[in-house]
Amino acid sequence: MASFKNEDGAKIVYDMIKAIQDNKQYLSDIDGLIGDGDHGINMNKGFTMCKEALDAEPGNLSMSLKTLSNVLMEDIGGSMGPLYGCIFRAMFRASKGKEDIDKDVFKEMITKSEEAIRNIGGAEVGDKTLLDTIAPAAAAYCAAVDAGDDFAAALTKMKAAAEAGRDSTKDLVAKKGRASRLGERSRGVLDAGATSCCLLICTMADSIISLL
Amino acid sequence: MQKIINNPQTVVDEMIEGVVKAMPETLSPTKNKRVLKYKNAPQKGRVGIVTGGGSGHKPAFVGYVGKNMVDAVAMGELFSSPPAKMFYDAFVAADGGAGVACLYGNYAGDNMNVKMAIEMAEDDDIVVKTVVANDDVPSAPKDKRETRRGVAGEILMWKVGGAKAAMGADLDGVIAAAQKAIDNTRSMGVGLAPCTIPEVGHPNFTIEPGTMEVGIGHHGEPGIAVKPLATAKEMAKEMVDVIVPDLPFVNGDEVVVLVSGLGSTPLLEQYIFFNNVEEELSARGIKIYKSYVGNYFTSLEMNGITLSLMKLDDELKECIDMECGCMGLTQLPK
Repeated sequence: MASFKNEDGAKIVYDMIKAIQDNKQYLSDIDGLIGDGDHGINMNKGFTMCKEALDAEPGNLSMSLKTLSNVLMEDIGGSMGPLYGCIFRAMFRASKGKEDIDKDVFKEMITKSEEAIRNIGGAEVGDKTLLDTIAPAAAAYCAAVDAGDDFAAALTKMKAAAEAGRDSTKDLVAKKGRASRLGERSRGVLDAGATSCCLLICTMADSIISLL
Repeated sequence: MQKIINNPQTVVDEMIEGVVKAMPETLSPTKNKRVLKYKNAPQKGRVGIVTGGGSGHKPAFVGYVGKNMVDAVAMGELFSSPPAKMFYDAFVAADGGAGVACLYGNYAGDNMNVKMAIEMAEDDDIVVKTVVANDDVPSAPKDKRETRRGVAGEILMWKVGGAKAAMGADLDGVIAAAQKAIDNTRSMGVGLAPCTIPEVGHPNFTIEPGTMEVGIGHHGEPGIAVKPLATAKEMAKEMVDVIVPDLPFVNGDEVVVLVSGLGSTPLLEQYIFFNNVEEELSARGIKIYKSYVGNYFTSLEMNGITLSLMKLDDELKECIDMECGCMGLTQLPK
């Protein structure tokens, strides 16, 4: 199929929640190498709170994304609260009111998320942040759609670009966030935000493909 | 992990419950359980002072809420910025109609959350202005001073901002004084042993016995250099040698000295270190006007010490001399 129903899309948010819960320790361990080791804890806290909210008040994809955004912005804090909060709010806004989510709606969702993250975070590609994952992922997806790929094929290319983007942070020196104060000592380690962002983008892609 | 806790996931909330019960004469709860305020705040017509940050730095940040100091505080998870809504709730708790001075430290999360909270406050016509502390010298070169971290010098910023508000200054006056305080302040830390976030369960970096991390961060961020463990006198000299030329502090200057343990450093050692700092400053013709030595700004049970110096003028002296009363700093009128 070329699209899925917004109505059926809460599964995508649930799948992202599970991915974060399953990788809590891994994300904290990566963060601990050059950060303070709490990335997985905070992400798990936020996504688990979102699950509780969704269980109490189920919604479609758009409303589930809005709930996720609200929980992250109002209850989580850190850097990841506002950063992921903005990403999911942009996705909520781009999908709101759409009965069917097709490759063009998703193109708007991923494009607006990247814009939102650039606005709030002020980072550039190459600064060793989650932008290093989402920017190439969005670019690869848009290029694939523009070239006439179907939804699933474009998502598969987005996944590959997200993984390559995440891996690119290993050789980068951090320019933003807590690790940036380490300069050269931040080289050789994956960025925790880029890693969780890759996990979320890939989970989202797999989840959408399963709905198509 | 040797900790006196019940549940690693609820340490911050349980700590806040304890603080509220222990200090009813100073602190009041608000609608937001992570926001506490000075019991007399907001004071009508007086600029409200707000700060906030990750927990784990006791007595910072809640310990500086009180008389002639901070009016309301937002308390995040351990070492993690409070969310925007929490900062916003603190603004509301502190606003007496004369605006709010949000005086906080330079960390990516705090910057983003404060920025979003200010947008929320604008919708309610609460005017909020900020000063972002960046006193930690080793965290970036001088030409990138705007990227340096805020550390223990924040306490002097709160002291000056709170005193200025108590004297009746308007928002711009409070902001200008707090900005001057931090612009005149330089800090540096040395770490001897790391700390453990209870929920993580293990230290997130190691400091080998016999070594020290110079320029260590307040959140267990690794420092910028690892060196053999030095004597207190050598540490004092190394830190003074980094801090003094950065401002610079010069012969004839009068300064506040703030020495803070990072959590598990005995006061005995802190006073040995202070004694050596005094010798180093004295040898450079720098006069100590006022000293603070103790656990003012910690990182859980980290072992180590920070040194902060603030260069004084008449306005800053008047603010430093004002009486204040809170968990972290109680000072009688001069």
